[in-house]
Amino acid sequence: MAVLATLDPRSRAASRGWSDLTIRNAFIFPTIIFLIVFNIFPLVYSLGLSFTEFRASLNKPPEFIGLQNYRELLSDPGIWENFTITAQYVIISVGGQMIVGFGLALLLNRSFPLKGLVTTLLLLPMMLSPAVVGLFWKLLYDPSWGPINYALGIGKFEWLSHPTNALFATALTDIWMWAPFVMLLALAGLSAVPQHLYEAAEIDRAGSWFTFTRITLPLVSPLLMIALIFRTMEAFKTFDLPFVMSTASVETVAIRLYQMAFQGWDTGLSSALAYIVLIVVLAITNVYVKYLNKAKER
Amino acid sequence: MAEIKLQDIEKYFGDNYVIRKLNLTIENKEFVVLLGPSGCGKTTTLRAIAGLEEIDSGDILIDGKPVQDLRAGDRDIAFVFQLFALYPHLTAYDNIAFPLRATRESKASVDEKVRAVARALQIEDLLSRRPSALSGGDMQRVAIGRALVRRPKAMLMDEPIGALDAKLREEMRTELKRLHLENDQTTVYVTHDQVEAMSLADRIAIMNEGVLQQVGTPSEVYDNPANLFVAQFVGSPVMNITPANLQSADGATKVAVGQDGVAFDFPSAIEPQLSGAHSDLMLGVRPEGVLLAHNKTAGHVAVEAHIIEPLGAYDIVDLKIGNAFLRARTASGFVDRPGDMVWARIDPAQTHFFNSLSGDAIHVRLDE
Repeated sequence: MAVLATLDPRSRAASRGWSDLTIRNAFIFPTIIFLIVFNIFPLVYSLGLSFTEFRASLNKPPEFIGLQNYRELLSDPGIWENFTITAQYVIISVGGQMIVGFGLALLLNRSFPLKGLVTTLLLLPMMLSPAVVGLFWKLLYDPSWGPINYALGIGKFEWLSHPTNALFATALTDIWMWAPFVMLLALAGLSAVPQHLYEAAEIDRAGSWFTFTRITLPLVSPLLMIALIFRTMEAFKTFDLPFVMSTASVETVAIRLYQMAFQGWDTGLSSALAYIVLIVVLAITNVYVKYLNKAKER
Repeated sequence: MAEIKLQDIEKYFGDNYVIRKLNLTIENKEFVVLLGPSGCGKTTTLRAIAGLEEIDSGDILIDGKPVQDLRAGDRDIAFVFQLFALYPHLTAYDNIAFPLRATRESKASVDEKVRAVARALQIEDLLSRRPSALSGGDMQRVAIGRALVRRPKAMLMDEPIGALDAKLREEMRTELKRLHLENDQTTVYVTHDQVEAMSLADRIAIMNEGVLQQVGTPSEVYDNPANLFVAQFVGSPVMNITPANLQSADGATKVAVGQDGVAFDFPSAIEPQLSGAHSDLMLGVRPEGVLLAHNKTAGHVAVEAHIIEPLGAYDIVDLKIGNAFLRARTASGFVDRPGDMVWARIDPAQTHFFNSLSGDAIHVRLDE
């Protein structure tokens, strides 16, 4: 009985005079403080900074200049160029991930020997650090002795130094890394489609393409939509892969932001750019979430 | 329209022998019910006809053509699932239209057929709803509509109303009967509910443990059960089954029920016909074959009424006969209270005899 009494958390806490409320607060407060210090404060502070002329590297206080930073950014063709590159990157990499990931999920959605092992192996890329992935693919893409050029037999093809090629090559790496994520969600969606619907479709004389487009796809679409939201958000902010692989040639918004903030030390201007990115990402996600809710209504 | 013929069908699930050499012919336009307890192989048989399950040996012929190697879609049959299997993301209209669109029928023809079926099923005002917004009965109506709309050769139904509540089940039963009469479609219907089977079927095929026990019209299986299993499975309240002993004294023939020797009069004609199974005799009589009287009557035996179950239209009275019980069906209120003595006899015309070893019925003719 004595052992049981000490194992019961309530009685032990009670013996120390802690109420449920104290225990709850003990768990919640550190989290809230962490959130405020590292998320909410910087969010608000950077919003303030985005309306000022400020350089974190100089010992001068921020000087309020209103919407000047936003005006400057939105009229800078360079920034539009960055957004265009980012959009291209998002379309290629997220599009590729959706196709490859869903394709893999369709292949895996049946039973075959060693299915568990194959699934785990396919999931490996997304468990790796992006920096490691970037460095490895940089080696694979190397023009003179990279295995990719060797395998394709295309001589000294410049994958990463030519801007268009580099965009494509970096996106390809992103596809390799994140298609498994889409696959995982799609697989969950596919296995949730009841078998008897496929039986009903077979009885109804539906061919495999008709069944796929009329039953499989609509029923999996809410989960595909969630994958799309996550991947678009991530891809839009993508920094690590282009930074490691092709800083000079693939200048996404995040790379530009980094250069502005930590190489040019233009803190006020870069805060404004960061807010523009945030608004764009929020807007895109909102559109998706609307579609997701529509899909879920069914 | 089609005739379905099953020849020597066998099916294993691993080591489990679920259909054992099944032979059955379903005539054109006939409504056949596969009846049996759960796990008897009736659903597997139905799914095998549909092509949702492969058989290990035997032939399935539809209109004389072997179809066991054809895919479900190529057999031209429709299937109604127990849990409806409606496409959850499509409206009732699109669900019914699905089989037509799958074979690329023109838009106008799809619309015409869907509306005609919806009218027949009285679900016209529900066509724009998704399945999640339909009641169980309406979901099954839509599922039946989807099956009917392309006028298949045969309809296969797997406990289509088993998931509905009792009142709705009765309504849908009537509706299914009406639909069958209107459409004249060859139908195979699976259920474990013998009332459903009796009320719907042209013929009932009773299965147990993968073996076909008896095939016949509802009255054939009710009046002449082929064996103990059929006798006890068909009919409600359940048939009385009790060990029995043939006695003859002073030229009169009696059948003793239970062990204390309460014996009922029977025509002497049965005696030579039952002599083969003398010690292994079982007597079966439905509650309506146990006749009661309030006063001492010739040919009746005094027994005690043990339990009375009032069921509204009639009562079921449990009579204590030694260590055995016989259930009798009486007019409601016929026996006042438990413990009353009544006079009982067993109607020989409604009595069945079985060999308790084989379980098979021993057919007895009462006239000489």
